[in-house]
Amino acid sequence: MQTEPFLSVRGLKLYFRTRAGEVQAVDGVDFDLDRNRAVVILGESGCGKTSLAKAILRLLPRNISCYSGSILLKNRDVMTLTEEEFRRSVRWVQMSLVPQAAMNALNPVIRVGEQVAEPAIIHLGASKREAMEMAGNMFQLVGVPIDFLTRYPFELSGGMRQRAAIAMALITSPSLIILDEPTSALDVLTQANIFNVLKRLKKELGLSFILITHDIATSSELADEVAVMYAGQIIETADASAFFTEPLHPYSQKLMASVPRLRQRTELDFIVGRPPSLINPPKGCRFAARCPFRFEKCAEDPPAFRRDGRQVKCWLYA
Amino acid sequence: MSQVGLDHAASIPQQARPILLSVQELQVWFELRRFGFGHAGYVHAVDGVSFDLAEGEAVAIVGESGCGKSSLMKAILGLYKPTSGRILFQGQDIHQFSKERKRWYHSRVGYVQQDPFGALPPFMPVRRILEEPLIISGVKNKNERMERIRKSMEEVKLSPVEDFIEKYPHMLSGGQQQRVVIARAMITEPKLLVADEPVSMLDASVRVEILKLLRALQERHNLSVIYITHDLSTVSYFSERIFVMYAGRLIEKAPVHRLIDHPAHPYTQALLTGTSEPDARNALSYKEVPPGEPPSLVKPPQGCRFHPRCVRMIGGECDVNEPPEFTVADRHTVSCWLYK
Repeated sequence: MQTEPFLSVRGLKLYFRTRAGEVQAVDGVDFDLDRNRAVVILGESGCGKTSLAKAILRLLPRNISCYSGSILLKNRDVMTLTEEEFRRSVRWVQMSLVPQAAMNALNPVIRVGEQVAEPAIIHLGASKREAMEMAGNMFQLVGVPIDFLTRYPFELSGGMRQRAAIAMALITSPSLIILDEPTSALDVLTQANIFNVLKRLKKELGLSFILITHDIATSSELADEVAVMYAGQIIETADASAFFTEPLHPYSQKLMASVPRLRQRTELDFIVGRPPSLINPPKGCRFAARCPFRFEKCAEDPPAFRRDGRQVKCWLYA
Repeated sequence: MSQVGLDHAASIPQQARPILLSVQELQVWFELRRFGFGHAGYVHAVDGVSFDLAEGEAVAIVGESGCGKSSLMKAILGLYKPTSGRILFQGQDIHQFSKERKRWYHSRVGYVQQDPFGALPPFMPVRRILEEPLIISGVKNKNERMERIRKSMEEVKLSPVEDFIEKYPHMLSGGQQQRVVIARAMITEPKLLVADEPVSMLDASVRVEILKLLRALQERHNLSVIYITHDLSTVSYFSERIFVMYAGRLIEKAPVHRLIDHPAHPYTQALLTGTSEPDARNALSYKEVPPGEPPSLVKPPQGCRFHPRCVRMIGGECDVNEPPEFTVADRHTVSCWLYK
């Protein structure tokens, strides 16, 4: 019934002012996300993927020098809202965040249940009793025993704390959840269990996810779509099945070739050099200096070229 | 021949290589005290671990956090005293060494830490970081020390040396920091390298570079390597054998490809199921992994320590008797009653 995407980000920019200069952490990011879909933002450390999450949720530090672009959420540009409107009607109400290392960010002296209930009290105006009841329901949803509500964070294992952090993001029943490296500090089996929970939530509650990670192999557990980020820009977007079988951008190809696999005996590849500084990024294609297919054209900034419903920011596909 | 596709050093016959390190029935327990005194039990961090490591052999110890792999490693490094059992290095018990001899042992064993930034002293330049082990192991001549520093930096590809030698750790990238850590471990020309999750803090593209570097060093110096990790997907790139550790014990030992293709223990099978490969089909199904978490090491479960989470648990056997090691194939042993 609706043709417009659920979330549509256009030309999003987020620059920081630092002593060394202006850091262009997010530099013109475009992507769409449909309802009940999950997009994975893949990138290495320092590519701006966490800044992108913060920019979408408008969780900004003070040293911002540029914050522009449009974020259409259900056809409403949330960038035009005032801070107070944004807080009341968007953040945690329509989209919430499971921040990086959330499991270690729980307050050690407050019971887990109270922390999980807090967003419901603040954003939904629930009473403490109602909120605790909701927290109990959320715990069941993510697979934490109910009696853990009255425990302190140190009494929970890493996996349980991560589930509690997810419960906290779920309690206000938002339709979009942004997950920033949700399992990178967890063990293999715990990781698999958490992804099972996320898959179930997606299926049962019809949630949309933005999953931000550097872990390509586990990202495929949830991905419907993939967006690869490099030096503050999204350089490729594609359907997950297309991306994991045949990445198009040279950077994506190199990245996929560097993923260790259990059963494949191919030699691993790695990318020579380091990503450019985001303070003065190169003028043309930002990957050009490390790219094996570089040619003259790469000195100019490539637009996003369309190919079979995918988008690649690379002159090879012009 | 069950070992299909085994590459590099694994093809050298076993008997050709002398045993470098032998761990025998090792136990490392930590006492728990109540109110600072009064006995309150033990943490059975390592509980009966035995294995032999040949010269030039690379093994991986795979296990989840809290399974005791770090305690095992620290006992091998001589940092923890075993509660019982022995660790023999070239036939000599390392915990019987005199102070002098211990210093010699420490120069024979290199240690690569998990978090390179945390492992490097922030106020020392690279030159000083690499010089220290040489001073301690008694290299008196300053010129010789500088010569060896240069050589080891070139070996880990921190070149041109001049660009890095006076830098402080925070001025280096994660991959470069890890190279300094490796250079520091290698500078005393050890026989054994213990690498504790050496790539888990690094980005995907750098990770491969460091793994390749470690493998090159291992081959060039005929090093024995103990590679400790929780990530099964990286082990096949440079280990010959895998030991799977669960709740303080080694529950399965096998050559790498044998273990990946024919895992015997239900826990190993679960670990392999839990390890993702980049494949879009993953998103379509749930993973069949056991619920729950590893047991407390204060009071590990009776019998097989995995039985409370095991789907193939045999009542009256697994929850009562501790399984011994059964041999299922050449060089492949497993501690599980299913293979009686």
